[in-house]
Amino acid sequence: MKLTGAQALIKAIQDEGVDTVFGYPGGQVLPIYDALYDSGLKHILCRHEQGAAHAADGYARATGRPGVCIATSGPGATNLVTGIANAYMDSVPLVAFTGQVPTPLLGRDSFQEADITGITMPITKHNYLVEDPADLTQIVREAFYVATTGRPGPVLVDVPKDISSGETEYHQPGPLCMPGYKPPTSGDAERVDAAVKAIMASERPVIYAGGGVISSNAHQELKRLAEMTVAPVTTTLMGLGGFPGDHPLSLGMLGMHGSRYANYAITDCDLLLAVGVRFDDRVTGKIESFAPNAKVIHIDIDPAELNKNVPVDIAIVGNLKYVLTQMLEQLTTKLPGAWLDKVKKWKKEYPLKYASKEGAIKPQQVIEEIYNVTGGKARITTEVGQHQMWAAQYYTYNNPRSFISSGGLGTMGYGFPAAIGVQVGCPDEVVFDIAGDGSIQMNIQELGTAVQHQLPVNVAIMNNGYLGMVRQWQELFYNRRYSHTEMPNPDFVKLAESYGAEGYRVESASDIRPVLEQAVKSKKPVLMDFVVEQEENVVPMVPPGGAINKMLD
Amino acid sequence: MLHTVAVLVENNPGVLARVAGLFSRRGFNIDSLAVGRTDDPAISRMTIVVEGDHRTLEQVTKQLHKLVDVIKINDITEEAHVERELVMIKVIADRTTKLEIMQIADVFRAKIVDFGPKTLTLEATGTEDKVNALEEALRPYSIKELMRTGKIAMLRGAKYTSLK
Repeated sequence: MKLTGAQALIKAIQDEGVDTVFGYPGGQVLPIYDALYDSGLKHILCRHEQGAAHAADGYARATGRPGVCIATSGPGATNLVTGIANAYMDSVPLVAFTGQVPTPLLGRDSFQEADITGITMPITKHNYLVEDPADLTQIVREAFYVATTGRPGPVLVDVPKDISSGETEYHQPGPLCMPGYKPPTSGDAERVDAAVKAIMASERPVIYAGGGVISSNAHQELKRLAEMTVAPVTTTLMGLGGFPGDHPLSLGMLGMHGSRYANYAITDCDLLLAVGVRFDDRVTGKIESFAPNAKVIHIDIDPAELNKNVPVDIAIVGNLKYVLTQMLEQLTTKLPGAWLDKVKKWKKEYPLKYASKEGAIKPQQVIEEIYNVTGGKARITTEVGQHQMWAAQYYTYNNPRSFISSGGLGTMGYGFPAAIGVQVGCPDEVVFDIAGDGSIQMNIQELGTAVQHQLPVNVAIMNNGYLGMVRQWQELFYNRRYSHTEMPNPDFVKLAESYGAEGYRVESASDIRPVLEQAVKSKKPVLMDFVVEQEENVVPMVPPGGAINKMLD
Repeated sequence: MLHTVAVLVENNPGVLARVAGLFSRRGFNIDSLAVGRTDDPAISRMTIVVEGDHRTLEQVTKQLHKLVDVIKINDITEEAHVERELVMIKVIADRTTKLEIMQIADVFRAKIVDFGPKTLTLEATGTEDKVNALEEALRPYSIKELMRTGKIAMLRGAKYTSLK
């Protein structure tokens, strides 16, 4: 069967089980958009390519299926860059297709030409420049395989226009031949034995769980392991929801803005079981003071993460789902002891807290109310900044894939397009983007996308009139010199309405709940402008480079 | 210390850029890099000399392994191996110095590959030390141009860095 390259491309994408793509058309992707037209593939037209990349990322994180985005050459492709880097840092399976100038024009600074494979080399797991339409189906097969296996990540496929418009015989992709790519599964049996022995011998174990638990769907295994070994579990920002937040063994998040009890438990433990984490500086603080008394077991699918930041005692390469299962087969049930009592005492003594203030709205309170109104069943996305930390602290995540946030790259403007992707992937669920007034304006144009595609996404802006996190650092470390962090905002209600969405401004605490209830009921996208306490700080806080048990309140 | 690393890669477009980019991005310093295809035209082999301690090398190796095109990596520094580098040196040579230079070439078993009216071009292969020594010996004669390929290396005996 003769097809154009573009038709073969779309068919190959559909053969991967993809039913939805996010994108933005342009000159060099005209053949691809023409093939899309009657392909049956659902296309969400975003308002900016960055929005398309984040939406595909949010879709992938919420559903566990790869996210797909399409952009044209040049500026379309470069606009994807932040979204690709974001997916790379957080290990999200994303496949990006870009148009490219026709092969004979490559390298001549042609109109809308950018060397996107060169540009994205450091921020993709792998990328391809297609040189023959006959290669398309095989490349698509490989791209999805690489993106979704091992440590997931973004893959980019650059398609010159003469390739997408050229003719090719359609053939099913053959077996994969990638001698350099072998995703790990089970862990080394001897090391697993050693880890099990160390856990059984420990008196004060703590589990430090990250995004790897969620991407490998190992949350049930983790829960069983924690319960059998009576080990308290603290998660990273990326790991929230990987262990039920309301579980008696849960310590919430650790690190710079983690709970005191999580950081105390890490400091005091004699065994640290680190699963699907990468010992990020925002987690460890001063490395020498991180779990100083513990034997450290680190399990990760990416060998490069082992011994990268922290030397570990037992390093296991493997897929968490497999390795935790191996461990569960050998572990025996332990009984609760003095350690659990100590941890419970810390939990009681040092809860997360904020001071209510008469007549003012505290952002933490808004987030707690979102939890109450949705029964904790919402999918939460966030932007980046203070609101993101409050969303991590004051909403309890009991299910994997319920907290979706830009962890590694820290991308302001991520949350709203991501929420759109989440809503597309989970049409029957309630989706909230918890936002700041600064962040939301970085991709506010996606209101158009949400309205056009009738996606009832809820955006809750914690509006303090500042770039709050930067302001907080200026307050604490730069002598309150608020250099360029104050920001006059538009009328968010009118803005929402002009796009055809609903908008509410909330200035009194008594209105929080009714507005949230109204938003959840609404079939339209809703933008809520919560006017919150201006100079509220995120606490507790470990100053950068400090020991994690020395926290400011 | 300097490590010699043998790397087998798929001979795909951009593979050199991927490998070289990874080194600079992660702050690893490449001392030399030689690349060419193997007996299987689909597979190329790189010999990379990289500066760093044991921990740096562990990270280099792991990061290289993450590249989809990289098939196999061998740090052969500590193992018995043969290493060679090829150098070409163009030296200013007049009637009186030509003979002296040819004698030096003899000592180093270098070949004269071009005999110009005012220059001689020598070619030599050997270990890095030998190439350095030849360069030093010729320095008094005014070197016009010098070029080294970078080291290539292979394990001795039954050990190998191939897929067979």
